[in-house]
Amino acid sequence: MAKKSFVGEIIRGIIKDNPVFVLVLGLCPVLAVSTSFANALGMALAFTFVMLGSNIFVSLLRKQIPPGVRIPIFILIICTFVTMVDMILEAFLPPMYEALGIFVPLIVVNCIVIGRAEAYANRNPVLPSIADGIGISIGFAVALMLIGSIREILGTGGLKLVMLWSEAGKLGFYPLSSIPGFSFVPEVISFPIEPAIVMVTPPGAFLTIAALMLLFKIMSDRKRMKQLKKEGYEI
Amino acid sequence: MIETPGLMPTEDLFPIFVNAMFTKNFLLIMFLGLCSYVGLTTNSETSKGMSMAVTFVMTMSAILTWPIYHYLLSPASIIGKDLTFLRTICFILIIASFVQLVEFIIRRFSPPLYKSLGIYLPLIATNCAVLGVVLMNIQEGFTYGASIIYAFAAGLGYSWVMLATAAVREKLIMRGVDLFSGFIGAFFAATMVALIVVSYFSVVKL
Repeated sequence: MAKKSFVGEIIRGIIKDNPVFVLVLGLCPVLAVSTSFANALGMALAFTFVMLGSNIFVSLLRKQIPPGVRIPIFILIICTFVTMVDMILEAFLPPMYEALGIFVPLIVVNCIVIGRAEAYANRNPVLPSIADGIGISIGFAVALMLIGSIREILGTGGLKLVMLWSEAGKLGFYPLSSIPGFSFVPEVISFPIEPAIVMVTPPGAFLTIAALMLLFKIMSDRKRMKQLKKEGYEI
Repeated sequence: MIETPGLMPTEDLFPIFVNAMFTKNFLLIMFLGLCSYVGLTTNSETSKGMSMAVTFVMTMSAILTWPIYHYLLSPASIIGKDLTFLRTICFILIIASFVQLVEFIIRRFSPPLYKSLGIYLPLIATNCAVLGVVLMNIQEGFTYGASIIYAFAAGLGYSWVMLATAAVREKLIMRGVDLFSGFIGAFFAATMVALIVVSYFSVVKL
């Protein structure tokens, strides 16, 4: 097998194999927790932890896992990490634990994690698997936060920027402006639009993802047309 | 001291039923089980098969997981230790093995039903709606009876949305609107059905 570069694998996970817009996997958490930027960030962090853990362990154990029972074993590995992240969130970030609700335990049945374990980590050494895990997680996070910000801006007319930060020994999501060095950032970036409440309700989530996918499809179609024209086809 | 909820339902069952079926619909409002939703609603026959299988597995998993949680894992159980952190792993194992068992039984006793459901049965084990419903049962602290009613109503809610969307998409595909055969069309159809549910229940208060 040709040697793949670590950075190349990460970029492939973000763009060419974007889990939400290209592979269309694991949509449930994307739509459910993307009501705001803060929730999207929390979910993305929890997902990254599980994705990396599962990819590393599946790849380490890939020679020991018998092919016949690999799926149950993957689920057990993933479940271990999900239980860990569930307990960590409950202990250190109770507000985020409340906001994400049952979607943290439901990472177990998220098709992306099982899909990457099956399609990638089970066939590749540890280092590329880590790169794949990072890339897919960033791709997932980008999609989640993009949808979250769009829904928050259109639904409330403003965007609250938050960051995971520890203040006075208490870990939590604080406004970006309260973190030292970022005081120039406004607490809420407001936009001069009439808020449409439908965007923060469930139909808004479906509409946002449909519109974004349509946009990506139009863009990739244009690119292909250009390439075909370059090769001398009449369109 | 945490007490084990009783076996017979003490809750008002009608709101639970309507909540699970409409106002907190699993597909449209809680976004659970969307993979099968966008993948299978291009055809009303397959969505009918999937809906039946999911409703059945949901109800049976609720019947199986409630006693295991409350009599083995909960701190108020006969073991007397707090094993609730094991709930996710226990539930997923129960659901997966139960789906496997159902597959064997249907294949042995009803080959025609197996043929129509066959390929969807293994998919149900990783359907988040099934795991979602058993986790919700525990989170809401339902009694045994109410948890079974809730799971069955959630299954019915899943079914009617599957069939409604399949009807919209199938008709549009037949008329030659190709957009609706892909994921994008599935989400536009979902937007329409979700808008109907949300706006109806924001006017008609329960």
